[in-house]
Amino acid sequence: MCSELTSAQSEAARQMRICNACRYCEGYCNVFPAAFSIDKFDAGELSYLANLCHNCRGCHYACQFAEPHEFALNIPASLAQVRNESWARFVRPSRLTEFFQKSAVSICLAMVILLASLLLLIEFGGNPCGEGFYAYLSHEMMVAIFLPAFLLPLLAACIGVRRFWHAMQGRSLAFPDLLKAAKDAGAMRGLSGGQGQGCQYESGDRATNHRRIAHHAAMYGFLLCLASTISGTILHYVFSLPAPYGLFSLPKLFGVPGGILLLAGTIWLAWLKLKSDRSLADAESWGGEMAFILLLAFISASGLALFAATGSAWVPFLLALHLGGVLTFFLSLPFTKMVHGLFRLAAILRFLQRRLSEH
Amino acid sequence: MTADKSSLAPVCVRRVCDKVWDVIVVGGGNAAICAAMQAAESKADVLILESAPITMRGGNSRHTRNIRCMHDGENPPLTGQYSEAEFLQDLLQVSDGNTDRELAVSVIRRSADCLQWMKQRGVLFQPALSGTLSLQRTNAFFLGGGKALLNTYFQTANRFGISVLYEAEVCHIRLSDNSFTGVEAMIGGKSVIIKGRSAVLASGGFQADLDWLEKAWGPPARNFLVRGTPQNRGKVLRDMMNQGAVTIGDASQCHAVAIDGRAPKFDGGIVTRIDCIPFSITVNQYAERFYDEGEDLWPKRYAIWGRLVAVQPGQQAFAIIDSKSFGLFVPSAFPPIEADNIQTLAEQIGLSGEKLTRTVQEFNAACRSGPFDPNALDGLATVGLGLPKSNWARPINEPPFRAYMLRPGVTFTYLGLQVDRLARVQGQAGPYENIWAAGEIMAGSVLRQGYLAGFGMTIGTVFGRIAGEEAARHVL
Ligand SMILES: Cc1cc2nc3c(=O)[nH]c(=O)nc-3n(C[C@H](O)[C@H](O)[C@H](O)COP(=O)(O)OP(=O)(O)OC[C@H]3O[C@@H](n4cnc5c(N)ncnc54)[C@H](O)[C@@H]3O)c2cc1C
Ligand code: SF4
Ligand code: SF4
Repeated sequence: MCSELTSAQSEAARQMRICNACRYCEGYCNVFPAAFSIDKFDAGELSYLANLCHNCRGCHYACQFAEPHEFALNIPASLAQVRNESWARFVRPSRLTEFFQKSAVSICLAMVILLASLLLLIEFGGNPCGEGFYAYLSHEMMVAIFLPAFLLPLLAACIGVRRFWHAMQGRSLAFPDLLKAAKDAGAMRGLSGGQGQGCQYESGDRATNHRRIAHHAAMYGFLLCLASTISGTILHYVFSLPAPYGLFSLPKLFGVPGGILLLAGTIWLAWLKLKSDRSLADAESWGGEMAFILLLAFISASGLALFAATGSAWVPFLLALHLGGVLTFFLSLPFTKMVHGLFRLAAILRFLQRRLSEH
Repeated sequence: MTADKSSLAPVCVRRVCDKVWDVIVVGGGNAAICAAMQAAESKADVLILESAPITMRGGNSRHTRNIRCMHDGENPPLTGQYSEAEFLQDLLQVSDGNTDRELAVSVIRRSADCLQWMKQRGVLFQPALSGTLSLQRTNAFFLGGGKALLNTYFQTANRFGISVLYEAEVCHIRLSDNSFTGVEAMIGGKSVIIKGRSAVLASGGFQADLDWLEKAWGPPARNFLVRGTPQNRGKVLRDMMNQGAVTIGDASQCHAVAIDGRAPKFDGGIVTRIDCIPFSITVNQYAERFYDEGEDLWPKRYAIWGRLVAVQPGQQAFAIIDSKSFGLFVPSAFPPIEADNIQTLAEQIGLSGEKLTRTVQEFNAACRSGPFDPNALDGLATVGLGLPKSNWARPINEPPFRAYMLRPGVTFTYLGLQVDRLARVQGQAGPYENIWAAGEIMAGSVLRQGYLAGFGMTIGTVFGRIAGEEAARHVL
């Protein structure tokens, strides 16, 4: 992959060349050790480095060449730009990613449209014989909407990650690599600051673990919610046990704590983002990222509210809101910050592969 | 709680001039902040006056990466052991014996608990950086380097209640007889007097004062680049000299290495270093070689090349390698100049193509075959050249060819204040009653020549701690 570099990529290459001559930040994260074994920073390599970066900012506060020094290093911002560009580059259609990244409004707009159509559907498509919220939206209808809405975007995201994998010249995957990468990502080692002191994200040059904990809450909350949905689907199809489920059923046991964690995590992340210095991130996608976090918060909040409102007149309204949020989330998945998880995992995998082949 | 504050929160101190401070620390580098913390831990009321703005605080210390410490084997991240005797031996060797033995031994002994002391104040370390494995036994590397170290120290200082004024340049140390009464500093364009009961002078060397360098070195000094901060102009050192303080070392002694000629005048730091000389032929403006590039292992020789280049016409030189040597050394921040033949390369760097071609041909003809080992003295020497290359001599014949322009880059100067074992500055009539010094400003007291990697931070940390403790003891 030896295409022309974009301006963000050439800037990152310039900065990385300086880092390569310095190496002081080697202990913070995988980006620097990875960079030191690269002798030519082409587009593929730069996307690889950018997706290894967690924007912890340790290297920025440590950098003796950061502004006002004339070398003007700002690795976290530079890599954030390349990272966001890389998602647009690999996930087709690129336009959509740019659209979602650059404007928070777009996401809200999409949501409103979806919500409106859902509400309409509920008016006319409800099945009065169904139980629980199926009374408002038949199960078949839900599946007909959600299955393609879920699978197609996921497919688009996976194709994007595959292209990214090829650009990094990734080899075929071995199970131990996968396990190690999942462990690294699962522990958010990248947000540890190298020694567990954490990120220098929201408190200037002081490291804290707030972002790591908040991200943990959001990520595991999200995974629990996913587990809840999957267990519900299995109960429905395999055991013919349709919703609604009681408090001590699997979907609820996963879903309620998951929802609470996701809500707490995303609100905390949004708060940290507000406190953080915007000049150390990609200024252009700040709004899009914020909207994405808030969308997740909205989904968890509306889901919890739906649970609390069981049996009340609020259900149809809340259901429409919740499902509208979920649908927005899935449809936009390949084009929002959500892909960072997949790209990150791929980059970590590639890092482990390369390290193994070096030794 | 102040502990939660980032150290970047500027402290606005209006009341600075209204009171008499227990300890005034001049400078904001490693030596200064170590002294300040130590004094504040003895409950002294401490003010730091740093001439740099907050974004560029920390002097040359912000460019460092490690500190050298003796240890008996239980001192992570250091590996193995590094005894007092070996440390002293290393020092005597690099300084050609130009070491104050008593002070050196005292620094070495007190280096033993430095890492512990630093960790207690929040400092994090990392394993030796890639390419520096030879230092992992003797030098402890700071996670993120010197600027991260200083950030941590300033956070800790903040927690200790130390006040810091940035953009406050001290121009004059006020003395009454043998005793310190306060400083005159330029703050916000105005000269103000700040009163204190004791002082720690830690304002570094004078290498950023090009006039001073020129006096010692002559006009070529104008072409020197300064690797560190533009703040270290030796104002305080000069002022103390004018008032009769005893100095040590001479102004023409400085540590200088060969750096990339495109480096900025100041603050180019570590990334402008050129490490390819052992694998190159290095020529001057006339395309002539002038020194044995392969005389010894690079870590033992890199510090002589600043001076070697400084005495070449125009204070510049050119290191030339071929593709066999790419990747054998840590690259510089600037891309090299590259060409497919020597003629074109010479034109690109402004040398005579004919002459450079001849020099390369003569050199190549003198190379012989034999095993090449970039990491050891391989004895692969030229035969029959008036000026031999003693190791790593492989012909420059495989394109593409690369050139790096070199200039002298001054790291620090040696002329400084004479101190005693307790870091007390010496006046004409014996030690001043209440003035201590630490770091580069007094490093000449320990060694007057040569340099051992990581020893600058050792001197600053050890003497900073002593100075802070003594100054606090004096007033409390
Ligand atoms: C590129 C580079 C890399 C280096 N790497 C290492 C290394 O890895 N390990 C090592 O041990 N040594 C290293 N050194 C040497 C090391 O930097 C010094 O020995 C050490 O930093 C000296 O500390 P200091 O506190 O005395 O001086 P500095 O850190 O230079 O601090 C001097 C301070 O005084 C301030 N100041 C100056 N004049 C005034 C004034 N008139 N009023 C108020 N404030 C003033 C300056 O702004 C600065 O804050 C390196 C040097 C350079 C240039
Ligand atoms: S970010 Fe700055 S300090 Fe860190 S490796 Fe790069 S150049 Fe060095
Ligand atoms: S911001 Fe953090 S993760 Fe990114 S390169 Fe810098 S230290 Fe590494």
